[in-house]
Amino acid sequence: MSDTPNNKSLFADETIDGQIATLNLGPTHPATHGIFQNVLTVDGEKILDSVQTVGYIHRAFEKLAERRPYNQITPITDRLNYCSSPINNMGWEMTMEKLIGVQVPKKVDYMRVIIMELARIADHLVCNSVIGVDTGALTGFTYMFQEREKIYELYEEVCGARLTTNIGRIGGFERDFSPAFHTKLKKFLQEFPKRFQEFDDLLLRNRIFMDRTIKAGPISAERAMDYGFTGPNLRAAGVDYDVRVMTPYSSYEDFDFEIPVGTHGDTYDRFCVRQEEVRQSLRIIEQAYKNMPEGKHFSPDVPEFYLPPKADVYTKMEALIYHFKIVMGETPVPVGEVYHAVEGGNGELGFHLISDGGRTPYRLQFRRPCFIYYQAYPEMIKGQTISDAVLTLSSLNVIAGELDA
Amino acid sequence: MSNLTNEAVLSRIQGKFGEAVRNAEEPYGLLTIEIEAAKAHDLIQWLKTDEVLKVSFLTLIGGAHFPNDKGREICVNYHLHSFVNNVRLRVRAFLPIENPSIQSITDIYVGADWQERESYDFFGIIFEGHPNLTRILNEDDMDYFPMRKEYHLEDATREDKDDRFFGR
Repeated sequence: MSDTPNNKSLFADETIDGQIATLNLGPTHPATHGIFQNVLTVDGEKILDSVQTVGYIHRAFEKLAERRPYNQITPITDRLNYCSSPINNMGWEMTMEKLIGVQVPKKVDYMRVIIMELARIADHLVCNSVIGVDTGALTGFTYMFQEREKIYELYEEVCGARLTTNIGRIGGFERDFSPAFHTKLKKFLQEFPKRFQEFDDLLLRNRIFMDRTIKAGPISAERAMDYGFTGPNLRAAGVDYDVRVMTPYSSYEDFDFEIPVGTHGDTYDRFCVRQEEVRQSLRIIEQAYKNMPEGKHFSPDVPEFYLPPKADVYTKMEALIYHFKIVMGETPVPVGEVYHAVEGGNGELGFHLISDGGRTPYRLQFRRPCFIYYQAYPEMIKGQTISDAVLTLSSLNVIAGELDA
Repeated sequence: MSNLTNEAVLSRIQGKFGEAVRNAEEPYGLLTIEIEAAKAHDLIQWLKTDEVLKVSFLTLIGGAHFPNDKGREICVNYHLHSFVNNVRLRVRAFLPIENPSIQSITDIYVGADWQERESYDFFGIIFEGHPNLTRILNEDDMDYFPMRKEYHLEDATREDKDDRFFGR
């Protein structure tokens, strides 16, 4: 032992003989959830510098959208942030409703709020339980994934799909919530808070967890704003910006909820903000479910945007005409330019749509929060250790689908 | 929350930049102004520091291509947001396709870095003064800008498909 050349410096406080190493964190590293590469320059465990490469799964969604009729763009949005696809779906549908000037019934708004908040809970559960995994606590992950499974079952009741949901249509929903959905939602609302509290107890005041996450990957409010952070990552740094409150959409102004904010913008704060947001989402769902208005589950003004039920196409003239118009692409759309933003699972998700009146968008750009804040990552991990870098990455909740689009 | 209206914002900008601001409109309630490309950087810088407007958040930068608009084929959109006043606005500048260059705003917002790279990657917009204007999502050795309108999604030379009847 004593004659190994580096034996001494391994246990000393100084660096390993001033040797600087280059290390690839990803692509396809278990810690880079998805595919992105970080070339780290490390001095022992300490990160001196980092350069990221993205674009490994770039699928040209913005270009694809230019060839697709408006009603066929919803499935593209699923694949942005696939941890909370219903929010993306509905963000896009609301953008279209804004463009064509349709007011959806209040019931649709409330149904959307329920689905979107369920999606937010699912997104935050994945993120927070993965933070737990990266500190070595696998229990929370397996525990919370059972709860996420229940949310996926609820999606299944609404649209038949689980991950790439394609929930909803321009103008509302394909069908009303089924009786099974109501049963399952009630059960979820009853059981989930207790389970969630257990997860909270497991990590929030856990000595090891706190030691690992406090001061890991911090960012100040000023820097976060400068980088264009939004969502939980910005709120963890202390800025109470939330699209649901600043520019309410889908009747969010009807509900009573709070915006949790942190102070230091470190991993622990991001964890806490997400935990509290899950509780607030539950509050919103309960209010929306309790006060659900009567009425239709779709807007009767826009039958040109979703295919009528097949049985109707065979038996009703009007349904046949609409079916034909949709398939042949003769749906009238006004010329215009519209920007609509929703509070996605991890920040402001925006849709900038330029329409020339044609069958497909002239230009569609997504404001993808992950793309915007992942560029701050090198700054956040500079001077930290590699294990901190892994935690910072998972607490930023960078989803590769949204990063690359 | 303040009660700054779009008109108030517009008149304050016009008071400062006068003739350089053109074609102000409000599509779907979002104040949209066009600015001379040479003044875009100054306008965004001024908006950030102005003590009334306080437009200090960059939401999005994006490009668009209008091949039929001679001399102003490439459009650069800046979506800006004032958290204090809760006012959003869109600033756009038009550039000729022969020389689509505009001053980078990375010195104002550090987060503009990747977004400008993305716009360069897709539309070939040259952001002067950008520290590292390279492709970001596409391959490095690509020699064209794929989001421009002359590049179709499918190979236009293919003859084995006849999609005349499918609304394309």
